[in-house]
Amino acid sequence: MSLVTLSINDKTIQAEEGTTIFEAAKQNNILIPHFCYLENVHQMGSCRICVVEVDGARNLMASCVTEVREGMVVHTNTSKVRKVRKVLYELILSDHPKNCLGCHRNQNCELQDLGEQIQIDGFRFEGVKSKDIVDSTSASIVRDSSKCILCRRCVTVCNEIQGVGVMNAHHRGFATFIGPSEDESLGHSICTNCGQCIVVCPVGALKEKDSTQLVWDALLDKSKTVIVQTAPAVRVALGEKFGFEPGTLVTGKMATSLRELGFNYVFDTNFAADLTILEEGSEFLKRVTETFTTAEPAVLPMITSCSPGWIKYVEHQYPNHLGHLSSCKSPHMMLGALIKTYFAEKINIDPKDIFVVSVMPCTAKKFEITRPEMESNGVRDVDAVLTTRELARMIKDAGIDFAQLPDSEFDSPLGLSSGAADIFGTTGGVMEAAIRTVYELVTGRELPMEALHVQPLVGLKQVKTADLKIENPVEAYSFLDGVTVKVAVTSGLKGASKLMEEIRLGTSPYHFIEVMGCPGGCISGGGQPRPVDDSVRMKRMQAIYREDEGKQLRKSHQNKDVMALYKDFLGHPLGHLSHELLHTTYVKRDKN
Amino acid sequence: MITHEEICSVHSMTEAEKYRVLEQVMDDYDRKENNLIQILHMAQAIFGYLPAEVQSFIAEKMDIPNSKVNSVLTFYSFFSTKPKGKYTVGICLGTACYVRGGKDVVNKLKEVLGCDVGETTDDKIFSLQVMRCIGACGLAPAMTINDKVYKQVNPNKLHRILGMLK
Repeated sequence: MSLVTLSINDKTIQAEEGTTIFEAAKQNNILIPHFCYLENVHQMGSCRICVVEVDGARNLMASCVTEVREGMVVHTNTSKVRKVRKVLYELILSDHPKNCLGCHRNQNCELQDLGEQIQIDGFRFEGVKSKDIVDSTSASIVRDSSKCILCRRCVTVCNEIQGVGVMNAHHRGFATFIGPSEDESLGHSICTNCGQCIVVCPVGALKEKDSTQLVWDALLDKSKTVIVQTAPAVRVALGEKFGFEPGTLVTGKMATSLRELGFNYVFDTNFAADLTILEEGSEFLKRVTETFTTAEPAVLPMITSCSPGWIKYVEHQYPNHLGHLSSCKSPHMMLGALIKTYFAEKINIDPKDIFVVSVMPCTAKKFEITRPEMESNGVRDVDAVLTTRELARMIKDAGIDFAQLPDSEFDSPLGLSSGAADIFGTTGGVMEAAIRTVYELVTGRELPMEALHVQPLVGLKQVKTADLKIENPVEAYSFLDGVTVKVAVTSGLKGASKLMEEIRLGTSPYHFIEVMGCPGGCISGGGQPRPVDDSVRMKRMQAIYREDEGKQLRKSHQNKDVMALYKDFLGHPLGHLSHELLHTTYVKRDKN
Repeated sequence: MITHEEICSVHSMTEAEKYRVLEQVMDDYDRKENNLIQILHMAQAIFGYLPAEVQSFIAEKMDIPNSKVNSVLTFYSFFSTKPKGKYTVGICLGTACYVRGGKDVVNKLKEVLGCDVGETTDDKIFSLQVMRCIGACGLAPAMTINDKVYKQVNPNKLHRILGMLK
């Protein structure tokens, strides 16, 4: 890559060929005000806020899409640029309701931040207003088009990153609106509810469907026993809403805050993650055994089923390949089912009087709990899902000084978990957790890898693969001697579609695939605090691995409370009760 | 390859035959997303307009989301998602036509026909459409009725032109 020499604001700088003016400026500590730009995601110059003056150019140039050239002379802070920037900002505002005090994004809004940065003092234009449509048909996502400023980040994420394509711009001019086609609503579309659009929305046009009121009502209802569980990725991101650096582990404070909010029991979805490994690992071994030892091979590769956005995606896009999905419910659904059966019996409370709340990094879980399959004995498995952001709002609303809280532990018996469960929150984690257990079951030996990590499966790469050669297995698996087990891991639905295409064409070389619907996995799910970029993802991921490595207990099958659950209640993995409570079925959905 | 005759005879075709022709059109265009606009043009020629069912059909056969098809066709005023009348009256509001009184013609048409731009009269005879420069600036203000172009129209001429059609 060759270097280009140019001048920005009379400073001579060098940048790699192909760099945009915006990036080159940033590398040299010149921050050009910008708005629709999103690192690695969205550079299409739709808002024009990042315009700069380039000597010899007839017009101002959008720096986020203009590449540097040899000898270029750029000015980012001339009176012309400043004036145009303000006019552009005011034009954006002319079609915005400006009801900030009543908006959930107040003080957490990129449009407000930009106004402050470029020193706006009043607005001169009042324009025609965009359509005022609030679409609340989805169980997960609410869209308020009056607040939308048409930056199209959500369009890019939905089409280019996730490959779903439900968010698009329709009509033109003031009539433009973003969403599914004009005759459709989000709730009746192919939307997977992944919520990545919410994470990138700079304003209040996209948000999760609120469940906080439902949870407050339950907490204040004396007849209800309200039980909460928290997903692995929540504890590495919740702190960000209270001023902690990304990647700060706040597991103990989180447990304390949940008790202060009034939850009767604080359980951990991680317990059910360990349980998932036993069920899913057993299911995988069953499929492998059938394939290698009988005339009727089972469906392989088997694909994980923890991510409800991914599940809805595959139901729409690959309805003829649902047999590849593990039949396991996602961990929080498993725990919900157990709370309302096993635990209800233990504390002698009618399951109808138990209200289960899942705190999740995910918006698709809000949809998942509404699926008809998700009930046991006529009682819903989980009653409400809060995103990490919603939990933070409740903690603030309750006047709890989160940063000062002491640590506390999860309640027993559904609170103990291994390090293998912790890593469920990051891409590669479910697969690694499964390998730790399955390898040991098959060979009788511990996974021979440093710190038990399957290194090729760690990181943010879209598709990661690993080969595991089985040698000297225990007698029951002697048919696997010398077999190389091939696994793949992907996060983000675009990567998943690549692996699914191989399956559709019959060329997939893998035995086992992990899919998480959001890029990076649950750590950057649709319910997590904003902003999210790769550096934030890496910090949260490192925190997840720290939590794992900090534990004595690193393997799911060594979780004594999970083993006790099998002994006292479930019997054995894939047994009759497991089948009833912990496994599910999928439905074929239309592609459009 | 779809033939000129087939396109010309769509009016006498059954729905099923129209869909078959549309599929042939998509094959002719290799079902490529880059050719979506051309395919939509042909689809509108076949069906007269682009209702939700036709949009879904195109999306499914081209393996692209519904939302994308709808996004493209709602961007261009040429495409219509509602049935058109027997005659589509188009007024050019490109710069030349605009400054020579195109807007007055639009207003008068709205009054005479009793429908808004983008709509069709209740008797399904006329649809009213605004266009941005049809390349007939020398005839400004220009008006089209189906494929015929009328030059230098003004509000007073409208009754006579429309009367000839009814």
